[in-house]
Amino acid sequence: MKTTEETTTAGGGDVRLTGISKTYGDFTAVHPLDLTVPQGSFFALLGASGCGKTTTLRMIAGLEEPTSGTVHLGDQDVTALPPYKRPVNTVFQSYALFPHLDIYENVAFGLRRRGIKSVKKQVEEMLELVQLGEQARKKPHQLSGGQQQRVAVARALINHPKVLLLDEPLGALDLKLRRQMQLELKRIQTEVGITFVHVTHDQEEAMTMADCVAVMNAGRVEQLGTPADLYENPRTTFVANFLGTSNFIEAEVDATSGDDIVLKAGGGKLVLHRSRASAPATTGGKILAGVRPEKISLTHADDAGRIPEGRNRITGRITESSFIGVSTQFVVDSPVCSDFEVYVQNIDRDPRLAPGAEVVLHWNPAHTFGLDAAQDIDAGVETVEEEVV
Amino acid sequence: MATVTEAPPPLAPPAPETKPPRRRGRWTPYLLLLPGLLWLVVFFALPVIYQASTSVQTGSLEEGYKVTWHFATYWDALSEYWPQFVRSVLYAASATVLCLLLGYPLAYLIAFRAGRWRNLIMILVIAPFFTSFLIRTLAWKTILADGGPVVGALDALHVLDVTAFLGWTADDRVLATPLAVVCGLTYNFLPFMILPLYTSLERIDPRLHEAAGDLYAKPSTTFRKVTFPLSMPGVVSGTLLTFIPASGDYINSDLLGSTDTRMVGNVIQSQFLRILDYPTAAALSFILMAAILAVVTVYIRKSGTEDLV
Amino acid sequence: MAFVNWFKRNVVVIAGLLTLAYLLLPNVVVTVFSFNRPKGRFNYEWQRFSTDAWRDPCGVSGLCESLGLSLQIAFWATLGATLLGTMIAFALVRYRFRARGAVNSLIFLPMAMPEVVMAASLLTLFLNMGAELGFWTILIAHIMFCLSFVVVAVKARVMSMDPRLEQAAQDLYAGPAQTFLRVTLPIAAPGIAAGALLAFALSFDDFIITNFNAGSTVTFPMFVWGSAQRGTPVQINVIGTAMFVIAVLLVLVSMAVGNRRKRQKA
Repeated sequence: MKTTEETTTAGGGDVRLTGISKTYGDFTAVHPLDLTVPQGSFFALLGASGCGKTTTLRMIAGLEEPTSGTVHLGDQDVTALPPYKRPVNTVFQSYALFPHLDIYENVAFGLRRRGIKSVKKQVEEMLELVQLGEQARKKPHQLSGGQQQRVAVARALINHPKVLLLDEPLGALDLKLRRQMQLELKRIQTEVGITFVHVTHDQEEAMTMADCVAVMNAGRVEQLGTPADLYENPRTTFVANFLGTSNFIEAEVDATSGDDIVLKAGGGKLVLHRSRASAPATTGGKILAGVRPEKISLTHADDAGRIPEGRNRITGRITESSFIGVSTQFVVDSPVCSDFEVYVQNIDRDPRLAPGAEVVLHWNPAHTFGLDAAQDIDAGVETVEEEVV
Repeated sequence: MATVTEAPPPLAPPAPETKPPRRRGRWTPYLLLLPGLLWLVVFFALPVIYQASTSVQTGSLEEGYKVTWHFATYWDALSEYWPQFVRSVLYAASATVLCLLLGYPLAYLIAFRAGRWRNLIMILVIAPFFTSFLIRTLAWKTILADGGPVVGALDALHVLDVTAFLGWTADDRVLATPLAVVCGLTYNFLPFMILPLYTSLERIDPRLHEAAGDLYAKPSTTFRKVTFPLSMPGVVSGTLLTFIPASGDYINSDLLGSTDTRMVGNVIQSQFLRILDYPTAAALSFILMAAILAVVTVYIRKSGTEDLV
Repeated sequence: MAFVNWFKRNVVVIAGLLTLAYLLLPNVVVTVFSFNRPKGRFNYEWQRFSTDAWRDPCGVSGLCESLGLSLQIAFWATLGATLLGTMIAFALVRYRFRARGAVNSLIFLPMAMPEVVMAASLLTLFLNMGAELGFWTILIAHIMFCLSFVVVAVKARVMSMDPRLEQAAQDLYAGPAQTFLRVTLPIAAPGIAAGALLAFALSFDDFIITNFNAGSTVTFPMFVWGSAQRGTPVQINVIGTAMFVIAVLLVLVSMAVGNRRKRQKA
C-alpha cells in the first residue's frame, strides 16, 4: 500500500507550514502562518483555548482543510491528502479510544487498515513499551485514565508516523499523573526519535517537555523559541504573562550610554541592557521594564545600606505574604507598580519581612527586559486564570 | 532551528483558492436523506394532501368524485359528529391524566428504587407488547364482565354508585360504559407514558436528592422542586405519546364500549370502510389532524421543550 | 407508628407495583384462559381446564397463516424502515444541509398523527392510484409509520457518539468506507438494534393502519379483530401467551449471556 512506503521513507522529515490559515465564516481561527518543525524535535504549540493551536494541529493531521496555504512533510506536499493517507498520527484529546474494541485491537487498528497481516509481534512490543502487556484484552473503559492515555500513544506510535500529533494529551489526568506522564512521553520521544507536535494550554507542561515552543494568541504565533529563551526574553507582554509571572514598570528612557539604557520610573532610575530591549529606545520614549519575581531580592528598609552598588532598586511596602514551602511569595506595593510580586527562597528567613514592613526590592540589571509600552500590560493574564479553573 | 514569520497579507482582492475544495461528501447528506424522505413524501405527505382535496369533493361512489370546493362538508361533519369529537378529547385527556398518575410512581420506582430488580421490571413493562394488544384488550372484557369479581367488588364498595352518579357507568355494570373505554385506553397507552418518564428520571443524578435534603427540603418538597421539574421532558413527551394515539383510537371504544361511547375514530372508520362516504370521512380526519397539531404545537411551546425529535 | 413510617417511605414502591399489576393483569387472564374449554363461540367465561388448544395451536383455519403473514410483513418492514431510518439519522446528525427544519417536521409529523388519520389518507391515495390492496400496500404503510421511530432511536445513539472516534479511525489509515464499517456502524449498532426492535413490535402489532389498507388480506391482529366479532378461539390466547413467554425468555437469555461475557472479560 502506498501509505506504508510513505511512512517508512526516511530523511527530510520537517513539518513545513506555508502561509496556512483557517477561517470559519467571519471568524479567523488561524491567521496566515509560516512554521517549520524540524525533524526529530519535540515541538509545543502553547496557548489559551481558542487561540488556534488545535486548529493548526488538525490541519497538519488533515482533519481540517486549510483556507489557504500548504502543509509539507519533508518534500511531500500533503495539503490535498485526506487524513488516512498522511503518514501522521494523532493522540486525541480524551483519547478517542474505540469503545467496542479491546486494547489489543485498538493498538492494531492502524496496522490492519494498512493491510498488514501479522500484527501480533508489533502490537505486543508496543504494549510492552507502554507497560500495558497485561491489559491487552480489556476494553478501554476498564482502564484508568493514565492507562487509557498510554493506549492512545501506543495506538498512534505503532504506525511509525513521520510526525506524532498530541492534542492536549494530558488534560484529563490529575496533577501527579500528569507530571509522571510528561516524563514518560519525553522518554518515549527520545527512544523512538519521531517528531512530536504537542498542543497544550499548560505552560509548565510545554516548558518541561518541549525543545521548542510556539506561543499562540488569537490565531497568531506570538513568539517562538526554546523554553529558556521564551522565559528569559519574552518579546510581548502576552508571552511574559502567559509563561510564568512578570512585573512591569512603566518607564521613560532617560539616557542611553553604551550597552545600557537608563530608565526613569517614579523617582528612581533603572538600568536595562540594550540587548534585552525588544522595542527601540529613544530618549524621552516610553518603555515597559519587566522583571521576573524570582530574580528580585527583598531587603528590609533598615538594612538598605547593605545593598551592593549597581543593582536596580525600588522601595515599597509588603501588603501580602504567603508561605508555600520552598519559597515565600510577597506582594509589594511600590510607587511604580501597585502589586509587585516577589518570590524569596526560604533559606534564611528574615522575620521582619511581614505585611506592613517597608522594604527595598533590588535585582541585577541584566535581569531586566524591555518591551514596547504600547501593549496591554495584562495581556495573557486573565486567560491563564480562566484555564486554571 | 524553527522559524516563524507572518505571511504577507493577501493582496486585495483576497487570493482565490488555488485548488478547488476537496469534495468531501457535499452530496452525501442528500443521498442519505433521499430514499427515506421520498417514502415519507409519497406515502405520508401526499396522502394528507389528497385527503384535503377529497374533503372538498362532491359526488357519489358510482359517478365518481369531483373537487367542487364544497366546504359545507366540514360544517355538516362537525354539526353531526361534535359529540364524538368532544368524547374523543374527554376520553383521551382522562386516559392521559390517569396514565401520568399511574405511570409516574412506576417510572420512579424503576429509576430510583428498583435496585437489582430494575431490568426485570423493565422487561415486564415492555413484554406485554408482544401479546397482541387486541388480545389483551379482549381480556378486559373478561376482567370487567358483568357479575364478575371486579364489578362485584366495586358494587359492594358502592364505587359504582358514585361512578353512575357521575355518568361514567350505568346499570351496575362497567362494560359498555365510558369507564371501561377510559380504562382500556389508559391500559393500552400506559407504557408510552412510562418509558419516556423513566428515560428522563434515570438521567437525574441521585445526589441531587441528597443535595436538596441537605438544603432543608422535605422529601415532598424535593419532589416538587427538584425531581418533577427535571422530569418535565419525559412528562411532555409521555403525555403527547399517550394523548395523540388515544384521541384517534377506536379499538377500545369498539371492544369495551357501546354506541354511546363512540369516538371520532369510530366515525372515520365506519364512514371510510362501511358507509363509503369519503368526503365526510376525509373532512373528519382532517379536522382531527388539525386539532391535534394545534394542541401539540401549543403544548410544546408552553412547556418549552421544542426538540422532542 | 412504625408501620405508618414504613408506609410513608415505601408509598412510591407500593403505587408502582400496583401499576405494574394493572399492566400485567390482562396477560395473566390471557394465559389462564388459554387453558379454558369455552362453551360457546366466545372465550370470555371460565368453564373448565383443558390443554386442547395448546396441543393444536393451528387448529383454527386461517390463524397460523395470518401469524406467518404478520411475521413476514414485520420482518420486511423492519428491514426497510431500519435501513431508510438509519440513513436519515446519520444525515441529520453528521451533515449540514438545506431545509433541515422541513426535514425534521416531515419526520416528526407521522408520530404526531393519529393512526386513523394516516390510515384513511393512505387509503385515499391507494384508491386514487387504483392500487390493489394487499401485502404490498400493508408493507408500504408499515415502513412509512415505523420510519420515524427508527430515526429517533438511531439519532439519539449517533448524537451521543464522539466525532473524534471517526477522526481517529481516519487518522489511523481507515478510508471513509472502512471508517464506517469498522467504527461508526459497530458503535451505532445498539441504537440501530433498538430502532429495529421497535419497528418490529410496531409492525407486528399494528391494527388500525393495516385494517384500512389490507383489502382482503388478513394479518394476525386482523384475525383477532375478526374473531372478536364472530367468536374467539382459545388458540388466540395460546399464541398471545407463547409470544409473551418467548419474548421474556429471549431477553433473559441474552442478558445472561451478556453478563457472563462481561464477567469473563473483567
